[in-house]
Amino acid sequence: MKKSDLPQDNSDLVNFTREVCYVKNDNGKYQAELSSGWEVKTDALNSAWKDIENRIEEAKSLFISGQSSPIHYYMELKLMDYSVLSGYTGFWIWQIKRHKSPKNFKRLNVRKLQKYADAFGITLMELKTPGF
Amino acid sequence: MDNFKHIQTAHCENGVTVSLLQHNGVEFITEPLAFGLGSGLFYIHIPFMKVNNGPAISFRTMPGAIFKRTCRSLNIKVERKKFKSKLEAQYLLDEKLNQGIPVGCQVGVFHLNYFPKTYRFHFNAHNLIVFGQEDGKYLISDPVMETTTTLFPEELEKVRFAQGALAPKGQMYFPKTIGDISEDCLRKAINKGIKRNCRDMLHIPGGVAGVKGINYTANKIRGWRDKLGDRQAALYLGQIVRMQEEIGTGGGGFRFLYAAFLDEASEILGNDKLLNISDQLTKSGDLWRDSALQMSGIYKGRLTSQTDYNDSASILNEISNIEKEAFKQLSKIVIK
Repeated sequence: MKKSDLPQDNSDLVNFTREVCYVKNDNGKYQAELSSGWEVKTDALNSAWKDIENRIEEAKSLFISGQSSPIHYYMELKLMDYSVLSGYTGFWIWQIKRHKSPKNFKRLNVRKLQKYADAFGITLMELKTPGF
Repeated sequence: MDNFKHIQTAHCENGVTVSLLQHNGVEFITEPLAFGLGSGLFYIHIPFMKVNNGPAISFRTMPGAIFKRTCRSLNIKVERKKFKSKLEAQYLLDEKLNQGIPVGCQVGVFHLNYFPKTYRFHFNAHNLIVFGQEDGKYLISDPVMETTTTLFPEELEKVRFAQGALAPKGQMYFPKTIGDISEDCLRKAINKGIKRNCRDMLHIPGGVAGVKGINYTANKIRGWRDKLGDRQAALYLGQIVRMQEEIGTGGGGFRFLYAAFLDEASEILGNDKLLNISDQLTKSGDLWRDSALQMSGIYKGRLTSQTDYNDSASILNEISNIEKEAFKQLSKIVIK
């Protein structure tokens, strides 16, 4: 990439940082330059976030219709997969899968609920009754 | 630590390597050199595994390898420690800081609050340097940031003990003893770095790593639209681009970085042939960017036909050929 081709598009990095890119200068030598962002990347990131929002909405409606527990909703909200949540709570993945059902979720004692609340960074109250 | 100098780089692990080595008197080290000595260039598409609900693809070598290999090839001894106990992790960090030693730490990005929110996923292979304490906060030199930042002790603890794939477990590391690095030693290190990179790109068995892995992804892309439907397939392409050009990584970016390394290597080794291969990798980097542009047409919903997917895949096939040729030539040049 030539130095003159380095994109300086708007991105979420603006006001945080700019990123270093290696580009060829007019003498054909590589040098480091700063870029504020590239539209193509920003679009990829935006489409990922749109997908995350869809997943959160889906989890929300599954909760409201009584088909899944708040665990499912908060996992999506906090972008967690099973291995992340398992790491933070100490539960096995198969346990978390069980706790995703409202029936099993209701049987959890306070100690276990607190583990989930801590992992999600929320209170027990918020865990039991998510405020959308 | 008054004498610590913050250095911004394209990639976090290169940055930590460069900063820590320069701080310890290895003045000649640059980001491209660290990347090349650490044989940083790679490609892998791990089958059956998902990252953030998309394909698991990486454009560089394993986390930790660049620092480790670069140091080893320059005969620098490294101390590296993982922890079970958070308390012990902080205690040992404080102890090193009190001795005036800046320390590299592996961290998770999700709770790293000086990053923009939209960049904060559960990605655990980020690296930063802690270089002191002031007003109850840790002084942080994060190589992808333009300036230094700070973290409260509880914030630092949280990112050092992030959970999930590649959990850092409080991992910290720093160079322990550095001897005199002769020019001969540097030459040997460059050769070794290049050889290892040729091996990684050309000779890993199975079809998912190195130049073969790029073709593997291309084949997958051709099937995604039928197999997954428009929406999911577009998201998968978006994931490739994000892995390729994300902050602190950069697939196209890594190719340019390796090209820059070969330029430097050519000067140090006095071998002009490397310049030619550097040009080939520049070409490959440009094509990675073209492929990203093509894929972005799909995930923005502008392009929707199977031909558009095929076109993206074809660019990847072309890249694979170019990189294969480049590394084949490279493995012949490097040398005694």
